[in-house]
Amino acid sequence: MSTVRIGPLLPPWSYGFIVAFALWIVTISATGPSRAGGTLVATVAFAAFSVLVGTGQMLVIASGPGNIDLSIPSVMTLAAYLAMSAMHESDGLVFLGLAVALGVGVVAGALNYAAIALLRLPPIIATLAWSFVFQSFAIDFGGEATLKPPPVLAASTTFRAAGIPILPGAVVVLTLIVMVVLRRTVFGRSLLAAGQSERAAYLAGVEVGWVRLWAYALCGGLGALAGYLLAGFTGGAALNMGDIYLMESIAVVVLGGTSVAGGDANAIGIWGAALFFNLLGIMLNTFRFQAGVRLFLTGVLIIAIVALVPHARARA
Amino acid sequence: MGEASAVTMAAPPWQRWRSLAEAGLPFAALIVMLAVIIDIRPAVFSYFGFTLLFKLTTPLILAALGQMLIIMLGDIDLSNGSFVGLVTCITALFLTDNPGLAVAAYVALVLAYAAFGLLIHLRALPSIVVTLGMSFIWLGAAVMLLPAPGGLAPGWLSGFMDWRPPLLPLPIWAAIVVALAGHLVITRSSYGTILRGTGDNPRATARAGWSVVAIRVAVYAAAGGLGVLAGLTLTGLTTSGDANIAPAYTLIGVSAVILGGGSFTGGIVSPVGTVAGALVLSLAGSLLSFLQVSPTWQVGAQGGILFLILAGRVLLREVPQ
Repeated sequence: MSTVRIGPLLPPWSYGFIVAFALWIVTISATGPSRAGGTLVATVAFAAFSVLVGTGQMLVIASGPGNIDLSIPSVMTLAAYLAMSAMHESDGLVFLGLAVALGVGVVAGALNYAAIALLRLPPIIATLAWSFVFQSFAIDFGGEATLKPPPVLAASTTFRAAGIPILPGAVVVLTLIVMVVLRRTVFGRSLLAAGQSERAAYLAGVEVGWVRLWAYALCGGLGALAGYLLAGFTGGAALNMGDIYLMESIAVVVLGGTSVAGGDANAIGIWGAALFFNLLGIMLNTFRFQAGVRLFLTGVLIIAIVALVPHARARA
Repeated sequence: MGEASAVTMAAPPWQRWRSLAEAGLPFAALIVMLAVIIDIRPAVFSYFGFTLLFKLTTPLILAALGQMLIIMLGDIDLSNGSFVGLVTCITALFLTDNPGLAVAAYVALVLAYAAFGLLIHLRALPSIVVTLGMSFIWLGAAVMLLPAPGGLAPGWLSGFMDWRPPLLPLPIWAAIVVALAGHLVITRSSYGTILRGTGDNPRATARAGWSVVAIRVAVYAAAGGLGVLAGLTLTGLTTSGDANIAPAYTLIGVSAVILGGGSFTGGIVSPVGTVAGALVLSLAGSLLSFLQVSPTWQVGAQGGILFLILAGRVLLREVPQ
């Protein structure tokens, strides 16, 4: 099952980048080279959010077979609502808002793992049930209203230093940090060890429970951070702001070369997959395809990439 | 086979009682919920009341059973809900004026499901990603066919869903018949044992001389077939097609399978339990309305109900070591 049939000439994580690059060429060949830079900047800006939630999802998925977080969209919305209410559109309170968002995310992640560990529920069910609860809290706090961000937060999400957008730049740095953490730190090695074999990791002295708790807490925190920043980027926190990230967070992780069987994470690959996802949307908008065609092609490309990329696999 | 049947076969009586109680959990929940609803509104306890209360359960039960077949293999189907949506679009658009085309489309959809099962098997792909891709394909196709909700279900179909059979309302008859059929095929028949065995240990099935490829393809096709039936019955109830009508079916279906005693490890599923689980989950909404829980907290309370029932299972299950 894990035999590689085609010699892997390219690492699995590179396929997202290749497809993204191809889509970018197709798009700018239609719009003309003058729009090439603009298309790229827009793609990278949106991809940064997919990478934030994807990185959290990756930590959870890598922590062991069956681990997955379906509560990300509701955590994003809840964190964004609470942070926006805490800030009252006041510039002086942006850090308070950030702290509120991160706190909400980490607590939500810990609650997810608590339900998995204490009630011994499958992660899909535990995080789904919590997502219902978080959704209710979000409706209670924000309702159908859009809560506006402070002007400074809105401006900082699109701020550029020397022509380089700061937010995507910061997310790239985060990706690099996560790569180092996974490869070089005790936490990173423990996480992957727990993902490969819970029993072996336990016998080797890894506190599997704590490592998974941290993975879920970090996932909640990153989702909350994405919600906080997305509210700034799009002009407000809204009830359905996180919906598209439910499936997208899983798709970018797996297309990025992380194994759903756990124990094998790839942080940089998430960027390739996220760029591919967002470029596909932009390209099909450029060609004025209707929404149905866009969804259809997204599905076809997801399956094609997963089916064609050679890497050791195990079934979910 | 899995732990559940191992317990019932070789365990002391008190453990056997425990696993029976565990299997009865969704039914207990169902009875408690019904009792609360009837206590609040006694008028519900009638042919007409039950018809209304269970009205929307039939398509959900069929979709959940499709999901159950996939989970039985140790896979998961994230495309179930959008597939049902696509079937409602095809049904509302074509079944009235061009039944031949509609039937051809259903057959093509079932074959597509089988083909994806084949792909998952041959390339040893994670089902979670392939079915995620499939969900985009079904939704995309449905939106292309019917960008806005519309179309019309054929009169005979909506007529059938409105039919008042003797003794019990149609949705309850449907639940009983479907649960019984599932029980006979999956739990009692020798083929069912092979199917569950494949989910638990595919190599053992292969050694016993069965083609695991053929089994996977057939099970995916059957899941697609149940999805078609779910879409048909749903169109009969709503009388129109809507690409986005049933995305929730995917995760409710998964929850129903797990509530009903199924497990993601493969090989352990219960058709009767799944039907009960689907009934519990679709009654949860009505129960919360009868309890006058505000709409804000209804979603959250559904999460609470899930926790409550599954926590009961943990309490009943023996503590390891």
